[in-house]
Amino acid sequence: MTDQATQTAQSKHLKKRYRAEKRFKFFGLAAICSAAGILLVLLGGLTQMSIPAFTHHYVTLDIAIPETIIQAEQVTDLAAMRKVNWRGMVRQSLRNEFPEVTDRRGKRAIGNLLSGGAGDALRDKVLIDPTIIGSTVAVALPLSDDVDLLLKDLIDRSLPEENRVISDRELTFIDHLEAADRIDRRIAWFLFTSGDSREAEMAGLRSAAVGTLLTMLVTLLFSFPLGVMAAIYLEEIAPKNRLTDLIEVNINNLAAVPSIVFGLLGLAVFINFFHLPRSAPLVGGMVLALMTLPTIIIATRAALAAVPPSIREAALGVGASPIQVIFHHVLPLAMPGILTGTIIGLAQAAGETAPLLMIGMMAFIVDTPMWIDDKATVLPAQIYMWANNPERAFQAKTAAGIICLMVFLLLMNALAIYLRKKYEKRW
Amino acid sequence: MELIGLMFLALIFLMPLGANIYGRTRIRKLMITSAQTQSEESVKQHSLTAFHGLFMSMYVLLPALVIILCWLAFAPMVISSLLVSEISRLTGETDPRLLSIFVSKLEALYEGVLKAEFVEPEVRQALGYYGALIIRANIFLYVVTIATAIAGFVISARHISPRFAARDKVEVIIKRLMQLASGVAILTTIGIILSLAFEASRFFDVIPIREFLFGTHWSPQIAIREGQAGGSGAFGAIPLFAGTLMITFIAMLLAVPIGLMSAVYLSEYASKRLRNIAKPAIELLAGIPTVVYGFFAALFVAPFLRNNGSVIGLELSSESALAAGLVMGIMIIPFISSLSDDVINSVPQNLRDGASALGATQAETITQVILPAALPGIVSAILLAISRAIGETMIVVMAAGVAANLTANPFESVTTVTVQIVMLLVGDQEFDSAKTLAAFALGLVLFFVTLMLNILALYIVRKYKEQYD
Repeated sequence: MTDQATQTAQSKHLKKRYRAEKRFKFFGLAAICSAAGILLVLLGGLTQMSIPAFTHHYVTLDIAIPETIIQAEQVTDLAAMRKVNWRGMVRQSLRNEFPEVTDRRGKRAIGNLLSGGAGDALRDKVLIDPTIIGSTVAVALPLSDDVDLLLKDLIDRSLPEENRVISDRELTFIDHLEAADRIDRRIAWFLFTSGDSREAEMAGLRSAAVGTLLTMLVTLLFSFPLGVMAAIYLEEIAPKNRLTDLIEVNINNLAAVPSIVFGLLGLAVFINFFHLPRSAPLVGGMVLALMTLPTIIIATRAALAAVPPSIREAALGVGASPIQVIFHHVLPLAMPGILTGTIIGLAQAAGETAPLLMIGMMAFIVDTPMWIDDKATVLPAQIYMWANNPERAFQAKTAAGIICLMVFLLLMNALAIYLRKKYEKRW
Repeated sequence: MELIGLMFLALIFLMPLGANIYGRTRIRKLMITSAQTQSEESVKQHSLTAFHGLFMSMYVLLPALVIILCWLAFAPMVISSLLVSEISRLTGETDPRLLSIFVSKLEALYEGVLKAEFVEPEVRQALGYYGALIIRANIFLYVVTIATAIAGFVISARHISPRFAARDKVEVIIKRLMQLASGVAILTTIGIILSLAFEASRFFDVIPIREFLFGTHWSPQIAIREGQAGGSGAFGAIPLFAGTLMITFIAMLLAVPIGLMSAVYLSEYASKRLRNIAKPAIELLAGIPTVVYGFFAALFVAPFLRNNGSVIGLELSSESALAAGLVMGIMIIPFISSLSDDVINSVPQNLRDGASALGATQAETITQVILPAALPGIVSAILLAISRAIGETMIVVMAAGVAANLTANPFESVTTVTVQIVMLLVGDQEFDSAKTLAAFALGLVLFFVTLMLNILALYIVRKYKEQYD
């Protein structure tokens, strides 16, 4: 073989190797791009889907509120207020817009354009300002979810009538109202201010959000003190022996136990053995606290270990006891790290669904829970329930709930990052 | 009643505070008197004043807290068992199932959730008894707690003296509390094992364990009434295991290459700027709640696959294993990538330098030097990821099927262990039927398998990890 041939073979081989290098690098870049692409598709798709749920269509009607049905001073009287047929009043006033419709079916169709909660809108208006009683006022009433979807172009008008949830006749009513400029699109505040409902146009996140807050409160109260104390013991005090080894292995294992198993534990121990209330933030918070504990312990230990030994030695040198060293010097210095770990753990817990399904925190909750033993649901469980609802309008609503949950979690994580950045010390 | 409860709560916090103040004042007074009487050599105070106060408040608060916790844990149990015997006396009923229904009805009636006409008249008679029972239980709690607190106060007040080593005592108590706190981890594990094993053993009394582990037919509907359609109930869990494995396998097929390659790229090739953007972005994937992934799988991925599948002539079920598996893979990507990133970064730089010096390209260095060196860590990361995929619930609940289906076709719908646990336990069920108990048997299998995977992962790292330096 000549030198020439060796050289060409070598350069061929080298080229091949460089191609492999490029290929490998390309695969790496492709992997990152696909991960980022997936993230974009996921966030973009959900955001796009959620947009319709943040607004709702309202029809503005002039409604006369005669003094014969209720007096201004009766407004605070719950029983009297409940007796009034608000729903009938708003339906009647919408019917008055269409004097030409006289048949029963047509009248009912007009009434059904309104949301089931339209009466409540009138009632709330009277509640806020009782002086309007006896006069005629313009009230914005929410339309039903199907009408709303139609106006948002999410229902195809060109479909044959039998495949459409809105009939041709209802279409003419809606077009008439639109032509009269009675319908406008507003921000759907009820998404945040009302509880759950069977009707998509009235369902809101409030009760679930309060449930999440109460549950997180319980989780924090249980997991923070327990986790920090356990971490201090393991990191600073415990002798190295088999028991502490066992505890450490245990904590690492608990961090990897599937969340649903914690739900089973909660169901068997807290509910069936101790008879604590079902569906309550108390039990949910305790289950999540057990799940969060390993996270907090691991984060706290890392934060404690990062405090340099010179601090401990200096404190011991001026006569502090080991406990005083910990509580006066090490713990305050480690606090930012501990808080960061705690917030991240809580954010994880706040997004958790499966264990809470086990203990019944998936109930249909309209009223806002007031305390930790009331029946409640949490944001992820609410999202799950809405996602299971076949009604079309709940799709956007679910996506909106998801966006709210993710914004909440993002804020928590941002707080954690801020704390870390602000108080981080390099020794 | 509410007001008394709140007052009690306030008292629980005020009593230790009072004891604290008392302890501080008392030790100060004692010091003053001793300074007056023994003017020659003044008595030295062993512990700081604050520790005397702390010592007293601990003696007041801790026993009271223990009592309250015990009461919270056991009072509902005692009350309901007393109630059961009372209702059984009133109605002459002995069937425990019916009795437990009566008890929950009565509780609902007491709370005003249920109207009186839905409750049997005999049961209604027990209402007064129930009310009295609750009041008695509350009074018992208040009296015993306050008595304990007072006893703690008296006992601790006796100790207060200048020579008393309050600090040592306080520190011992703090250490004990910390030990207890770290014991919670063990307690949780024991609690999980015991509760799962106990309920599962009750299940295995009805269904033989071999039938459960090796049976191939799963249909947990048990007739509640006789002659009801829907049958006898079959509890062969093989289809669930197969479904779980298939979805996990699909997830790994997506997550391992993407996760591993992005970790390699980020730690070996990427510029600092790209790393600063891409790493948080991938970690963001880890922060997304699983219910969101489930929704994504059910509403975006499954319809997308079905529509595109039909274009190229594939029949995809709307709850195909493929959709659930792919989305689960997305969820796992950050898990694998961040764990592998750590492992790759911990391979020492001189290995890279050595390979470069021998003329290896960067890709050759990575595939032939770095990855083999990091292999134990990567394998353990993959094992941990598998364990997480097996235990993942919401994605499969929302995107995988419910019906047990023993198939190897990823386009069909399969069900998993976690889906069945949720299906068996969500909704109103009595606690004793084989159906609900089956969930605990499945939970036990799940716990055991994930535990084994975690231990294996730990073992591999410990055994095969290269030691440098």
